[in-house]
Amino acid sequence: MTGGPQGSGVDSSANIFAGACALAGLWTFGSREYYSSIKGPHSYFEVRANSERIRSQVNNVNLLATFDAETLIRHADEVCPGGGIIYDPSFNAIAIDKVDTIEQPVVVRVKDRLAKQGLPGTVAGILEEAKKRNVNLYPIPYNDIVAKTAAQIGEHQLSKVSRIVNVLSVAASFAILGFDLNYLNQSIGRTFGSKKKVIDMNDIGAKMAYDIAKGLPKASFSYQLKAIQNQPRLLLMGNEAVALGKIVGGCRVQTYYPITPAADESEFLESHENFDLDGGQIGKKGSILVTQTEDEIAAFTMATGAALAGVRAATSTSGPGFSLMVEGLGWAGMNEVPVVITQYSRGGPSTGQPTRHEQGDLKFVLSASHGEFPRIVLCSGDLEECFYDAIRIFNYAEQFQMPSIHLIDKSMANTSVTIPQFKTDLVKINRGKLLENNGSPNGNGEPYRRFAFSPDGISPRAALGSGHRFWNSGDEHDEVGHIEEDPFNRIRMMDKRMDKLETAAKAIPEMEKWNFFPSNKKQADATLVSWGSTKGPILDAMKLLEKDGISVEFLQIRLASPFPTESVKEKLSKAKLPIDIEQNYSGQMSQVVAEKTMIDIKNKIVKYNGRPMTQDEIYESVKKIISNPTQNKRVVLTHGA
Amino acid sequence: MALKLSDLRTDVHNDWCPGCGDFGIEAGVKMALTELPIDINKLVLFSGIGCSGKIVHFTNATGVHTLHGRVLPFAQGAKLANPDLEVIAIGGDGDGLGIGVGHFVHAGRRNIDMTYIIHDNGVYGLTKGQASPTLQYGMQTKSLPMPNINTSINPILLALASGFTFIARSYSYNTKHLKETVKKAVAHKGFALVQIMQPCPTYNDINTKEWYGGEDRLDPVTKKPMPRPYELETTGYDGRITPMMTEVDVEKKMSEIMEKSREWGDKIPIGVFYQNETIPTYEDRIKARIPNYLTEPPSAQQLARTNGTSPVNLANLAKELLFEKLVVA
Repeated sequence: MTGGPQGSGVDSSANIFAGACALAGLWTFGSREYYSSIKGPHSYFEVRANSERIRSQVNNVNLLATFDAETLIRHADEVCPGGGIIYDPSFNAIAIDKVDTIEQPVVVRVKDRLAKQGLPGTVAGILEEAKKRNVNLYPIPYNDIVAKTAAQIGEHQLSKVSRIVNVLSVAASFAILGFDLNYLNQSIGRTFGSKKKVIDMNDIGAKMAYDIAKGLPKASFSYQLKAIQNQPRLLLMGNEAVALGKIVGGCRVQTYYPITPAADESEFLESHENFDLDGGQIGKKGSILVTQTEDEIAAFTMATGAALAGVRAATSTSGPGFSLMVEGLGWAGMNEVPVVITQYSRGGPSTGQPTRHEQGDLKFVLSASHGEFPRIVLCSGDLEECFYDAIRIFNYAEQFQMPSIHLIDKSMANTSVTIPQFKTDLVKINRGKLLENNGSPNGNGEPYRRFAFSPDGISPRAALGSGHRFWNSGDEHDEVGHIEEDPFNRIRMMDKRMDKLETAAKAIPEMEKWNFFPSNKKQADATLVSWGSTKGPILDAMKLLEKDGISVEFLQIRLASPFPTESVKEKLSKAKLPIDIEQNYSGQMSQVVAEKTMIDIKNKIVKYNGRPMTQDEIYESVKKIISNPTQNKRVVLTHGA
Repeated sequence: MALKLSDLRTDVHNDWCPGCGDFGIEAGVKMALTELPIDINKLVLFSGIGCSGKIVHFTNATGVHTLHGRVLPFAQGAKLANPDLEVIAIGGDGDGLGIGVGHFVHAGRRNIDMTYIIHDNGVYGLTKGQASPTLQYGMQTKSLPMPNINTSINPILLALASGFTFIARSYSYNTKHLKETVKKAVAHKGFALVQIMQPCPTYNDINTKEWYGGEDRLDPVTKKPMPRPYELETTGYDGRITPMMTEVDVEKKMSEIMEKSREWGDKIPIGVFYQNETIPTYEDRIKARIPNYLTEPPSAQQLARTNGTSPVNLANLAKELLFEKLVVA
């Protein structure tokens, strides 16, 4: 774990660390926690590295690399016995109540804890406490190294060099972890690109920090990192996985209004607005138009206008922005427009916890808008699903001609992990009943009818400007698109639109609707039901449970609309002990399951403190539920700073 | 083949009130369309919600009847996706200057090459005559329980402040002027606004056809009514900013335009207040960043090969995110 004031390079130190691990062939999993602020307040980044693929966070911290006193005060107690803390010895005298970015409840909590052990309310007290718990302390004099580095590169302004402190902590970490410094140098080079002076000062400082740490007593740390042979892997965040999926999936217009944690996706798209095509078109370029709008109402309706023009168009937002898009959503439903929304849920309601994680929007996106119309809601569970689902969601939208929501969450958006490379041929592009320009719409010379009745509810779709004339209206309309209030037409049109959901349910393969991870026994001790980013910690926790002889199976629901009712019913009716796991207060998916299947999942593991679940939390809480035969438990998870 | 007025007719029953100013606007806009070099297959009319919004159903061209106040973002989205479209957005004064005024302002900032026509009658007709943002302060039209407590928006000034590059006004019962003004707006390269004053015979009993016609004030000499609207074009006024002008010229011209846009009451100017083609359109600005934008706009891009796979070179796209195991000496 690394931490520090926002804007001080916490992210870049974690990315440099993860990048170096990735260059050494390792798998990494990193997640970022930050305040809704620009500079100053505390943020921290946890990175795990492993020789096998990992998908989640853990409760314990093995090595805490700090470059300010606050990080020590907040996180030192998370370091496990045998672990280590890297810090600047000049922090020692800092009093806990003098760090003004720490909230009062935290100050009181930490001071009380130290007082009970007869320790002073200072960083020295924190370190003493850690030492008593058998945590190794690694003092690195950052200021000395900064001064020496400045002298070496001939820089008189120390403040220009002091930015390297974050990298010094990473370098010291690598020394303690027994890792080759070359990987770090390579990673620094990748991060800072053409900024030679910056690379030089980081490399020089890193070497000094590395050597000092190597020379410290107890430098032979029990956790060591070793390079391994491995395939090339991607190291990326959820925002980037979605953005790549959108470009591959043919999204050519993206509109957005800035919002955390969705805006990074649009910014990635904008910075890659021109891209290469190949396969017979070598040298040819494709492009995506990214437009920042005045608000989310415009973002959604502009994307809808683009979709009417026959373009794969999307917008990207979070809960508060989605709230504004709802009127447009109803219009798109009424006019059967294949427009895509990527919704990154965060802590709600209202502004809620803008930078924190929650899966609290499931029932909202399923039912948002007045009136009734069909929609697709697809929930990804990890970054690979984010990529492939970003392609699939456009296929669904166009095949079934309805607004389609790709539901992701803050945890995936800001999770930085290594994953195998994506393939572009795994999901093929299917544009459904999109008409060719000026082609015959129905082959019989009749005028084109945009909303022609058909057995599957889906009509031939023409783009604006295609030569097929049609009308749209938010009013109930006839087949051509003119306003029509006739009660019989109303029934037929409602039936036509709603039937498409049935059509979609039949056409979408089961393997795209849910994942099932079986246990190693015929009858599992428990059946975990979840959706979204809890997938990672659940899969990791299953391994831990298996080691304890507890067999669990996991049903990950991916398509929330149309809901895979029969499959879910079948899996749950065989379950010995179903347990719902969700990152929200009420267990929203279990409510959907109950509504659709009449099966009530009584045991729930929920979390709503804004921090993602760890594998350990799930492991412990599942064990707790299994060990107690009274089946009516709601376990609330609380880990996270 | 040139369009005829009859080509633009649909069978949809027109339910505007008898004497509604919308009829004059419909006629003027349709006449303009028949006289403009427009490919009917590329023409898309967008409309908002209100009496004016129904115009698309009465017009035989692809028409998108959108949401209240949202006509501009829908229309801009379509135009950006396919710059070959001829896009005309139509809405009322409540639609565009009340609920949709945020979009009005920001559309000005973009300067997309399209036309926006506002039917301005001072009231919300379809909801039975509430005060719209253009109704003057203190006015009490027929169905208002109390006089209007808000001051009014001046659409011409607001458009000028927002960056529209073509700003004009016309009057629904001066069909010839209306037609010519719409033609100029459509031909303009950039975002064009035409505010069209229209009586609402049912709910606005102040700004009536008779009021616009000046029947309440007779010329003392001729004893004939003195109509309020007068055509700017007949006064020698020229609101164009040209590339030849110096900064000082432009400043002077802008002051003149602003002064002219404030005229209201017994003399209401109609015509082109302002036109400026020296400001790049949004399409030009995009093209500067995306070289193939106009030759291969979003609507014309090939998304899949014949076998359904994406032609995107993902390896190049994701280059900065790819980590290969390094051999360290």
